[in-house]
Amino acid sequence: MQTRKKYIFLTFLASWLLLFFFGGDQLRRFAFFSGRKAEARRNWPRWTDRSLLKNFADPEELQRDGIPSPLSPQERRAAWLSVYKSSRCRMESCFDFSRCERNGFKVFTYPRQRDQPISESYSKILASIERSRYYTPKAEEACLFILGIDTLDRDHLSAQYVRDVDEKIRGFPLWNGGRNHLIFNLYSGTWPNYTGDLGFDIGQAILAKASFDTESFRPGFDVSIPLFSKDHPQRGGERGWLSQDSVPPRKKYLLVFKGKRYLTGIGSGTRNALHHIHNGKDIISLTTCKHGKDWEKHKDTRCDRDNVDYEKFDYQELLHNSTFCIVPRGRRLGSFRFLEALQAACIPVLLSDGWELPFAEAIDWSKAAVVGSERLLLQIPSAVRCIHPERVLAFQQQTQFLWDAYFSSVDKIVHTTLEIIKDRLSPHRSRSRFLWNTLPGGLLVLPDFSTHPGDFPFYYLQHGSSPSEKFTAFIRVVSQVGSLSQPILRLIQAVSGSQYCAQILVLWSCEKPPPPSGKWPQTTVPLTIIQGRRKLSDRFFPYTAIQTDAVLSLDEHTSLSTSEVDFAFMVWRSFPERIVGFPALSHFWDPEQGRWGYTSKWTNELSIVLTAAAFYHRYYHSLFTEYLPAGLRELVDRLAACEDILMNVLVAAVTKLPPIKVAQRKQHKDTVPQQVKGTAGAAGGRRFSQRQDCLNQLGDWFGYMPLVSSQLRLDPVLFKDQVSVLRKKYPRLER
Amino acid sequence: IMCASTKYNTRGPALIPRMKTKHRIYYITLFSIVLLGLIATGMFQFWPHSIESSSDWTVEKRSIHDVPVVKLPADSPIPERGDLSCRMHTCFDVYRCGFNPKNKIKVYIYSLKKYVDEFGAAVSNTISREYNELLTAISDSEFYTDDVNRACLFVPSIDVLNQNVLRIKETAQALAQLSRWDRGTNHLLFNMLPGGPPDYNTALDVPRDRALLAGGGFSTWTYRQGYDVSIPVYSPLSAEVDLPERGPGPRRYFILSSQMALHPEYQSELEALQAENGESVLILDKCTNLSDGVPAVRKRCYKNQVFDYPQVLQESTFCVVLRGARLGQAVLSDVLQAGCVPVIIADSYILPFSEVLDWKRASVVIPEEKMPEMYSILQSIPQRQIEEMQRQARWFWEAYFRSMKAIALATLQIINDRIYPYAAISYEEWNDPPAVKWSSVSNPLFLPLIPPQSQGFTAVVLTYDRVESLFRVITEVSKVPSLSKLLVVWNNQNKNPPEDSLWPKIRVPLKVVRTAENKLSNRFFPYDEIETEAVLAIDDDIIMLTSDELQFGYEVWREFPDRLVGYPGRLHLWDHEMNKWKYESEWTNEVSMVLTGAAFYHKYFNYLYTYKMPGDIKNWVDAHMNCEDIAMNFLVANVTGKSVIKVTPRKKFKCPECTAIDGLSLDQTHMVERSECINKFASVFGTMPLKVVEHRADPVLYKDDFPEKLKSFPNIGSL
Repeated sequence: MQTRKKYIFLTFLASWLLLFFFGGDQLRRFAFFSGRKAEARRNWPRWTDRSLLKNFADPEELQRDGIPSPLSPQERRAAWLSVYKSSRCRMESCFDFSRCERNGFKVFTYPRQRDQPISESYSKILASIERSRYYTPKAEEACLFILGIDTLDRDHLSAQYVRDVDEKIRGFPLWNGGRNHLIFNLYSGTWPNYTGDLGFDIGQAILAKASFDTESFRPGFDVSIPLFSKDHPQRGGERGWLSQDSVPPRKKYLLVFKGKRYLTGIGSGTRNALHHIHNGKDIISLTTCKHGKDWEKHKDTRCDRDNVDYEKFDYQELLHNSTFCIVPRGRRLGSFRFLEALQAACIPVLLSDGWELPFAEAIDWSKAAVVGSERLLLQIPSAVRCIHPERVLAFQQQTQFLWDAYFSSVDKIVHTTLEIIKDRLSPHRSRSRFLWNTLPGGLLVLPDFSTHPGDFPFYYLQHGSSPSEKFTAFIRVVSQVGSLSQPILRLIQAVSGSQYCAQILVLWSCEKPPPPSGKWPQTTVPLTIIQGRRKLSDRFFPYTAIQTDAVLSLDEHTSLSTSEVDFAFMVWRSFPERIVGFPALSHFWDPEQGRWGYTSKWTNELSIVLTAAAFYHRYYHSLFTEYLPAGLRELVDRLAACEDILMNVLVAAVTKLPPIKVAQRKQHKDTVPQQVKGTAGAAGGRRFSQRQDCLNQLGDWFGYMPLVSSQLRLDPVLFKDQVSVLRKKYPRLER
Repeated sequence: IMCASTKYNTRGPALIPRMKTKHRIYYITLFSIVLLGLIATGMFQFWPHSIESSSDWTVEKRSIHDVPVVKLPADSPIPERGDLSCRMHTCFDVYRCGFNPKNKIKVYIYSLKKYVDEFGAAVSNTISREYNELLTAISDSEFYTDDVNRACLFVPSIDVLNQNVLRIKETAQALAQLSRWDRGTNHLLFNMLPGGPPDYNTALDVPRDRALLAGGGFSTWTYRQGYDVSIPVYSPLSAEVDLPERGPGPRRYFILSSQMALHPEYQSELEALQAENGESVLILDKCTNLSDGVPAVRKRCYKNQVFDYPQVLQESTFCVVLRGARLGQAVLSDVLQAGCVPVIIADSYILPFSEVLDWKRASVVIPEEKMPEMYSILQSIPQRQIEEMQRQARWFWEAYFRSMKAIALATLQIINDRIYPYAAISYEEWNDPPAVKWSSVSNPLFLPLIPPQSQGFTAVVLTYDRVESLFRVITEVSKVPSLSKLLVVWNNQNKNPPEDSLWPKIRVPLKVVRTAENKLSNRFFPYDEIETEAVLAIDDDIIMLTSDELQFGYEVWREFPDRLVGYPGRLHLWDHEMNKWKYESEWTNEVSMVLTGAAFYHKYFNYLYTYKMPGDIKNWVDAHMNCEDIAMNFLVANVTGKSVIKVTPRKKFKCPECTAIDGLSLDQTHMVERSECINKFASVFGTMPLKVVEHRADPVLYKDDFPEKLKSFPNIGSL
């Protein structure tokens, strides 16, 4: 019985297959694919005479490009100045570049008016500028001007609203129609429309404004900044909340929102619809209408029920436990929520149509946020569900990078604004989008050093290149002896013996002139003497003589062997963004004294590698000299033995990683050179306290302690293993 | 729901049932019938008198002269002028696009018509060769739909590429009478040559209301950022001349200007530059005394010297692209094609596709006022960067300039990305040339995080039947302070794991996962039970590692969470005699791999191993029951570009190589197999991703003269 059924089935199948294959096209079309496929897609026709078609333009005309205009280029540019003003301002037409040519990019802040109170946020902004390396107290050398009048809050119902701004600025002799001025604003307009109106004529000034809308934003001229609260820290700033990279994102909620619901007025369209996507499980979208004085007047049927749900969840808890956060427009386009979500690594889902995103000229938001459309709110849940876990992880990491690089403090927000404007002044010396959007971020990349990713220590992997195969030995001589001491001769011999050494530079920082060239040892590599200015910060000056990516920084008393140098250099090539060296220190928080301390004693951890014997990338010389404000370098010049701590702090602030200590021979034990035996104790004590002082002042300046501790040391693979010495590449390290 | 399977399979690998013998015959018969059918189809396909091939069914064969003529009454409506405030959220109807799983917009093309005015005079040329190519490309692309009701974007077949060959008012009227015009909402116009004498506006003068404009030669004042698309001016020479890519490097001239009829003011600036810098600056112009028949567009002259154009562009490092009457210049395309770095001197010009292309990587933009400084500005650019710009320039041409098709598809992709931003093409995909995409790595764990110590790690022990040794490993590992969970992967299907009561009592949760098949890849499965980032993979016979060594390994992993941190290290070498890779387990000064018999790594790599392993490596490893560790080393090195970290001194490990006491032969076969794995994987990956290093990680005070009891990790390195 069963077999027959099987055979019938088989025959049927076979004949059907035969029919299908031999039945020809007609049959196939009608019998099976009678649906869409049969009806041919009507494509654009392949015209039979398409080869006879004419070109869209005559080739010669295309190359000549039209009849030359009667206006000469200069006249045309002059004409722009009168045509493209105020709302059509661009750098070409409203900015005086010549002001920036003489003294570079210098920023001047107007003196504050006694009678005029300044809000906390604005005084932070002014402080940031005055702390920046672009600040100048002289108006005549300035390229950019910042008003002393608080223009942050231009809602005339607000208590901080400053009246009669127009009159005041017209009285400023430097105002010049707003040319080369930068105006900061966080709130503009007021109930009910919250327009972009500032209540005074900004003329040709650049506007750095929060909640910028794309229509009034003057591209390439204005800067969109994020909305930040008055509690936003001046410097340093909190870290992001992401502490682990988990895939899939191990969070309780997928998408959350908790905030006000507007029943009427601008922004209500979106806020009033948000509750629709709430599912009570992984999507939590809670709104309340209980805000403002007369909320009960406008109250609708949902209000009471909403308010009950609303109280059940805590905003901070939602922020911590969700993968995506809805950042809808409020009355204005931007909200505090945006930065909060960014810090929390809760990927912002923006529902704020027409918002010119903060620093969008530099930041590629498509890597860190989901830009949704207010009109398509109901698609948001499925859209975010479809984002692949790997992409979610990338998004989360990018939020943390951006938060830390550009947003975590007022300093960073203001400096980013300034750098964006500075980049416009010389387009050929400006950061590419790659540099802005890759760690460590645009603020730490100096275009004056280079705009080529291969020249920086951070991008070798992304760029597919590797650091140079040679290094420059850089020896600092400070001792007051006129002749060359034994240690330095030995050091030069050891270093020049390395196959990776390209050149030796000696920074001669003594009163006495350096010995004549005949007195110096004969080396296989070129030896150059640089006359220093006898300042401690000199050792990190970006000397043009340094031609290699790697610098081996040395003190005259350092004792190293060739194989130590070779091994350390090989390690550095694996970690070109870090300091790789020998003697190390470690820092710690002293809770009793409430300050930072450090120890050079044998410890199980390290966070500072002394630059008396260390490899690092030459870019850090530029960063040290050009990125840090002059005040810090003065501090270093004042205190003994602070410069290497500053270098370590700087590198740690850039990389967020500890330095690397490599194996060293025993005799290295005492790092402090015993030059003058008698006073070693007292001098050592002073040195110790100055270093401690230095560490605390640096922590203060950065706003946090950037140093990171490490528990490891890198040794050669066979270091002290019980293998024949002949097998080992670096046997001399073990003595 | 609608999205493709984004969730990973969280259950273990499934068992494939063995076929029953009685069904086998049945299946074989069925299979042979299908095979027969397939052969028949094959024959049918090549039969001489078969019907027209499928692509021919759908394509109409007509002449352009046959297109219907539409007469425009003189009083037919004219659209409003373009609205400068239009943005996607104000002028574009997203509801037409909808949510769709492919995240692709649907583009409709109106059928071709010939428009004439009341007197029968043509409004414009019906269609140019380039516009026809552009529409053909759209029609052949994935974006195309022939269903006007499902379309999200509409492309009129009215050719407005060149404003100079059309009648503005009548063209506008023609647009307005399109069936779905609706004030131009969701309509896309392509224009390359806007404006007309004497002012040459920078955007198409045809009134177009809300229509999007893909325009060549926008200025910052006419370009609606985020709404319009800036496109190149196509150069027909792209198709005509075949310029093979020239390797990057120094060229004969430093700066070259090849444009004809430059404004005298620019001309004199360039001449001043030449007078100052001599031979390295070459300024070409139109040839005046060419013999007949030689096309003027293909020649350029300097005094009496005649040069072939565009070939001469390849002779220069930098090529000047100055604005003419318009901002957009076709010469930009020629310059890019020649791999010459364009020096763009056209204030306020919006560069082609600037929304997505990073022109700073391929060009130098110099403000017009700074023209006298051009030479010194260009000289300050390091040679390495110039070479990269040369490559980048050529890549931009190849990807986005070379044909109307490339221009059309890039434009549609940009609009597509605005509508489906969460599925948008990334900066790297737009900008990185294939060679860079190939050589660069983008680490998926790029954020420099040191994971909190409190998280701890999960130990995953793969075991088959060595229960006694397994229990010892469990007991040893459980002594490590940072262990947070222990997972035993029971890979033996024929035997049940021991009863619960027999397992060692340890302070952390112990879970046993039974697998469906004895596969090596089970060790790297991303089990839901692994709740920590750090995973310690450990074999069931690794009992010689001390608690200090394991804890230290975990601390090292925290400092290098994106790497494999392991104990026994291995090396790959290039065998010059055999011309292939060789596996090395001797006492070497270098390491490039760590064995996963005892190694810490990020759980993310379990996902990669299970779901993203290239080629057939995963199955190959399972079939050969070997080299899963080498595969993991390849995978991690390839995706991060970083080396492994070997921790602590060398020990006697009980590992496949070491247990080969049975004789040299076994050892040698093992080594041969492992070498084969390396060669196999290198060919699948298409590269050798492993990085060789000379260092290993030890505790800071390892072997230092210092009281052992004060060291964090005293018990390290004992054999």
